[in-house]
Amino acid sequence: MADLSINLAGIQSPNPFWIASGPPSNTAYQAHRAFEAGWGGVVWKTIGEPIVNVSSRYSGIDIGGTRMAGFNNIELISDRSPQTNFRELAEIKKFWPDRALIASLMVETREDWHDFIKRSEDAGVDGIELNFGCPHGMCERGMGSAVGQNPDVTETIVGWVMEVARKPVIAKLTPNITDITAAAKAAKRAGADAISLINTINSITQVNLDTFVPEPFVDGFSSHGGYCGPAVKPIALQMVQSCAADPDVQLPISGIGGIGTWRDAAEFIALGSTSLQVCTAVMHYGFRIVEDLIDGLGNYLDSKGIHSVNSLRGRAVNQIKEWKYLDLNYKRIASINYDRCIGCNLCHIACEDGAHQAIRLIEPNGLGLGPGRVPGKPIPEIVEESCVGCNLCALVCPVQGCISMVSVDTGRDCLTWSDYQGKIARGEMAPIPAHL
Amino acid sequence: MKQMNLSAKLPADVAAENMAELQPAYTPQEAAVEASRCLFCFDAPCIMACPTGIDIPSFIKKIETENILGSARTILSANILGASCARVCPTEVLCEGACVMVDRQRDPIKIGRLQRFATDYVYERGIDVLKSPQQKSGRRIAVIGAGPAGVGCAAELAQLGHSVVIFERKPLPGGLNTYGIAYYKMKPAISLAEMALVERLGVEFRCGIEVGHHLSTARLQEEFDALFIGIGLGEGQALQIPGEEFHGVYDALDFIEEIHSKPLHEVAVGNSVIVIGCGNTAIDAITQAKRLGAQKAIVAYRRSEAEMSAYDFEYELAQRDGATFYFNVSPIELIGDEAGQVCAVKFVRTETSNNGQLTLIPGTEFTEPADMVLKAVGQSKQSAWLTQNFPALRLDKRGVVERNPATGQTSVAQLFAGGDCANGGREVVNAVGEGKKAARGIHAFLGQADIPAPRQPSRLGVNGEPCCSGLEAPIRAHELEELYFNEAEQHG
Repeated sequence: MADLSINLAGIQSPNPFWIASGPPSNTAYQAHRAFEAGWGGVVWKTIGEPIVNVSSRYSGIDIGGTRMAGFNNIELISDRSPQTNFRELAEIKKFWPDRALIASLMVETREDWHDFIKRSEDAGVDGIELNFGCPHGMCERGMGSAVGQNPDVTETIVGWVMEVARKPVIAKLTPNITDITAAAKAAKRAGADAISLINTINSITQVNLDTFVPEPFVDGFSSHGGYCGPAVKPIALQMVQSCAADPDVQLPISGIGGIGTWRDAAEFIALGSTSLQVCTAVMHYGFRIVEDLIDGLGNYLDSKGIHSVNSLRGRAVNQIKEWKYLDLNYKRIASINYDRCIGCNLCHIACEDGAHQAIRLIEPNGLGLGPGRVPGKPIPEIVEESCVGCNLCALVCPVQGCISMVSVDTGRDCLTWSDYQGKIARGEMAPIPAHL
Repeated sequence: MKQMNLSAKLPADVAAENMAELQPAYTPQEAAVEASRCLFCFDAPCIMACPTGIDIPSFIKKIETENILGSARTILSANILGASCARVCPTEVLCEGACVMVDRQRDPIKIGRLQRFATDYVYERGIDVLKSPQQKSGRRIAVIGAGPAGVGCAAELAQLGHSVVIFERKPLPGGLNTYGIAYYKMKPAISLAEMALVERLGVEFRCGIEVGHHLSTARLQEEFDALFIGIGLGEGQALQIPGEEFHGVYDALDFIEEIHSKPLHEVAVGNSVIVIGCGNTAIDAITQAKRLGAQKAIVAYRRSEAEMSAYDFEYELAQRDGATFYFNVSPIELIGDEAGQVCAVKFVRTETSNNGQLTLIPGTEFTEPADMVLKAVGQSKQSAWLTQNFPALRLDKRGVVERNPATGQTSVAQLFAGGDCANGGREVVNAVGEGKKAARGIHAFLGQADIPAPRQPSRLGVNGEPCCSGLEAPIRAHELEELYFNEAEQHG
């Protein structure tokens, strides 16, 4: 099986799967269970000056019967004392020397940062994560996302940390910012060894329509919470790729955000992540999910002949370009496999109302077959001259292998928007006629 | 049921448990999960396969969004008997049989159970989702027969602003839905709740009145602007063999009506029951006899397994209930004891020749003991009553009323018809659909303004025209449904 071991800025881990800082990494008991289940690392629930939590704390959104497709929380950092946390970190590190153990920290002053860094390192941790991300509660006190949203403050605090830190330092970034690479670059300038992203997204998940109190509520009121879970993965992937591709960042990345399966993990790695942090999926199903994460990722790498997870890293990063460098002359159109069509005509109505009016309904007889179970029921037909190749029909089609998108040779050379603008300016070509 | 020498077999609790509804009601979460499986097809085939044209994807979507009241309104505005149809429709051959999911993963959306969930919601809470208009047309229509066709017609007429009186010879309205559905599919209370809803729409029920006996049809034709005939089918047909007069020999429909007319633990059944015939009524009779304590249950059919008219799922149900099926046997005599009680049936084996002709095989006679024999070989047509009461009414050669299938109008302009007396015997949902179409036919006949066809959002086609390909739409129509059946018959 492929080698899954990783080294993130000097932090060794037998596999890339780490428990993210959060409720599953709150105690030594949980860390034991996580490592017993096979997790490669644990990022401890953020340690700081003890806080007091509220009840209740979590909320979720369900999609089509799927529970917790999105999830948010208004829970703060660890409500246990720093002494207890550092003592337990030391116990765990002794018991699991081959795993990655990272302390997540969030304090205010330079002195406090120095103190907590030293105490973490004294406990034997392999690395330190700086929590610049939480969008609820702590940010009101000038911490969490209040730091991550301001690159200058990020740079200053990372600088304080680097004055004393001997172990690798990971700056955990907030997505609640216009350009996450600004924060990543600030961390880089101040000397951080790595970045982790994304922290949770500021959110309100739902409003109770009987009481008009959003969830989760505390005695009749709610608060903005940190959004995570499967729903946030696309946002996280975009931000991971942006940091991975930025020549001014070039830091190892610990990817976070909606990872629940080995596929999610492989995508994060292909977009530049070295380790992967998981929280919501563990809160949903428990530590046991790591078995399939490891097994599935290994099998995938083996099936592709990729010998180590390190060889997968970053393979998709440069497949993202700015829009202006995409080929305007590339063309694909939809094609329906009538052997698989079940006659739902969702493709028709999606294209008709939601896209480009390029799928009409026709009598089935012309094709000598009749998908669907009612005789005479019309079937969809692609109007090839109108099809812009947008993918919508293939996306709504509920049957695997029914609608495929087929590349068409236009006979024209590659022409990007960038080229096109240049050629027009130089008078080398006429403008492309506007679409009717 | 007359002359019952048999006894009830089971205590009340066991009988009730055996006859409980086969399918438990969905919980809200079960309904939401099942609803979320629906693809929300455009021009969905389930709509086309529903004789009342319920906008099925729309009502399912509304269950998913927890708009259950709206879901029930979508159902009941298309099919006033949506709650009973949810239970008694052979969905496997109608909406669920047409579901695209059958082709996708062999598991159609459970449309019947979802429909039951939505309609139960409003009935349990006493919410009326339909209303009759304040302004009345002043026109009066008499409906003969309070079965599914008559009620379907009356409810639609009431919603169009007309005054409707239904005459029903039985003490309670509802027809087959109240008296003739297998108890484990639907209890009479469901049907009666639907009748109460129709009454609240302003329809007047006059039960216990036999038209042609208590009240002349001539008077009805004089007093009302139009008449709808929805009298269903007649008595069960006789076997026309010796011994039918013995105690313990009954029409299967009478047995089923008995189950609906007294407490279950007082319904007498035999120890050894033989049902003659193999349609869906035969299945209803044998499974209920078994569930009420019959030890031995046999269904005897003179033709082969392939030729029986019972649906596959009904056949399977009876087999699961422990019924034995004898195919290619024809009863030739019912044998009784000295007390005049049936004690056996004498059969002869049959074979079907290539041209479909049934022949008895001499020398193959055998007897099978039975203390209860239920006849389920079809119901007679109502031609005698129709001819006597409406001499000008044209019947076809089967003895059913000839009518324009689109409007229900008969050969007599003022008379409309639908349901079993006009279609020869179909499902409850066909009767409701035909009643509804006839209501629109009557509305037009009375010179009322055209009613715009109700929009079905799930199939609103290009340019605002209902979808599509030249079909009448929205499909309130049995044109398509008949097409479906004709094709099915050709293939079957």
